[in-house]
Amino acid sequence: MNINLTLIAQSISFALFILFTVKFVWPPLMKAIEDRQKQIADGLAAGERGKQQLEASGRRANEEIGKARERAAEIVAHAEQRATQMIEAAKGAAKEEGNREKAAAKAEIEQEASRAREALREQVAALVVSGAEKILQREVNAQAHADLLTQLKQEL
Amino acid sequence: MAAEHELSATSYIQHHLSFDVQSVGDNAFWALHVDSLVTGAILGIVATALLWWVVRGATAGVPNKRQAFVELLFDFVDDQVKGMFHGKRQFIAPTALTVFVWVLLMNAMDLLPVDIMAWIMKHVFQQDEFRLVSTADVNTTFALSLSVLLMSIYFAIAVKGLGGWIHELFCAPFGKHPLLWPLNFLFNLVEYVSKPLSHSLRLYGNIYAGEIIFLLLWLWAATGVSGVFFSAILGLGWSLFDAFIAVLQAYIFMMLTIVYISMAHESH
Repeated sequence: MNINLTLIAQSISFALFILFTVKFVWPPLMKAIEDRQKQIADGLAAGERGKQQLEASGRRANEEIGKARERAAEIVAHAEQRATQMIEAAKGAAKEEGNREKAAAKAEIEQEASRAREALREQVAALVVSGAEKILQREVNAQAHADLLTQLKQEL
Repeated sequence: MAAEHELSATSYIQHHLSFDVQSVGDNAFWALHVDSLVTGAILGIVATALLWWVVRGATAGVPNKRQAFVELLFDFVDDQVKGMFHGKRQFIAPTALTVFVWVLLMNAMDLLPVDIMAWIMKHVFQQDEFRLVSTADVNTTFALSLSVLLMSIYFAIAVKGLGGWIHELFCAPFGKHPLLWPLNFLFNLVEYVSKPLSHSLRLYGNIYAGEIIFLLLWLWAATGVSGVFFSAILGLGWSLFDAFIAVLQAYIFMMLTIVYISMAHESH
C-alpha cells in the first residue's frame, strides 16, 4: 500500500473518461430516450383522443339512427294514410264508373228494344198488308191506302 | 496451478500482490504502477468506446438489444441520480455512469483466474509481475475518491461562491458565533478528510480482500488432489460472491460519488 504517481495518472484517466462520457456518450442517448418517451406519450395521448372521438361518433351515430328511425316511422304512417286515401278514392271512382256503365248499358238496351219494336211494327204492317191483299185478292193500291197503312202502323 | 514459481505460500502471495513498478523519479512517490494504469486505461477505453459506439447508433425508435441494454444502464444510473440530486444532471449523471462502469469492470478483473492470467502475462506479454485488478491498488481508489473530492469542492464553490464556501467552512454546522469557528472548521476538515478516505478504502479493502481469498484458495489447490477439489468448489462459491461484491462495491462507489457531489450543492 504505497501511494505514488499512479494516483495522479489514474486521476487524469478518470477525468478523461468522465469528460468523454459527459460530452459524447450521455447526451445523444439521453436525447434518444427522451425523444422516445415523448413519442410514447404522444402516442398514448393520440390513443386517448381516438377513444374519445370514437365514443363521440358512436353517440352521434346512435342519435342519427334514432332520428332516421323516427323519420322512417313517420314516412310509413304517412304512406299508410295516403294508401287508404288512394283506396277510398279508387273505390269512389270505380263506383261512379260502374254507375255510368250501367246507365249507358240501360240506354243502349232501351234503344235496341225500341229499334226492335220499330222493325217488328214494320214487319207486322207488311204482314198485315200482304194478308189484306190476299184477303182482297187484289192489289191494294199502296198509294191510295198509304194513309190507312200509316195509321195502322201507328196503332200497332 | 502455482507451479511455475519456486513455491512458498508467502512468495506466491507476494508475487500476485506486487505491482509492476516503473520508477520515474528518485523517491518512492515518483513511481508508476504500470499494471494498474494499463488495465485501468484499457478497461476505461473499452467501456467508453463501447458505450459511444452503441450511443452513436441510438435511435428514438425501436431500439435494438444493444441499445436497450445500454439504456437500462443509463436509466438505472439516472434514476439513482434523480433520487438524490435535484438540479441539472448533465454532468453528475454521466460522471456517475463513468464511475459505475469503470469501477465495475476493474472490480470484475478479480474474477479472472489469477494464475492463468499471470501465465499469459508472462509468456505472451513478457510481464513477470502484473496485477490485473486496478481497484485493489490503493492509488486507483484514491485517484477516484480524490477526484470526487475535488469535484465536490469545485461544485461547492461554483454553487455558493468562494466566499459562501469559506463561510460554510467556518459557520456550519454548529453556528455563526466566532468562538465556534475553530470547531466548525475542524469538523469540516475531518469531514473533508474522512470522505475520500472512507470512499476509497472501502472499495480498496473489499476488492483486495476478494483477491486475497482467491489466492488462499489457490494455495490450498496446490496441496494435492483434495485441495484442488475443495478449492475448486469453494472457488466457484467465492467467484459468485465476489461477482456480487464487485457489483455492490461499484454501486456503492457510484452512490457515494453522487451523494458527495450533491451534498456539495446544498447549502447549510
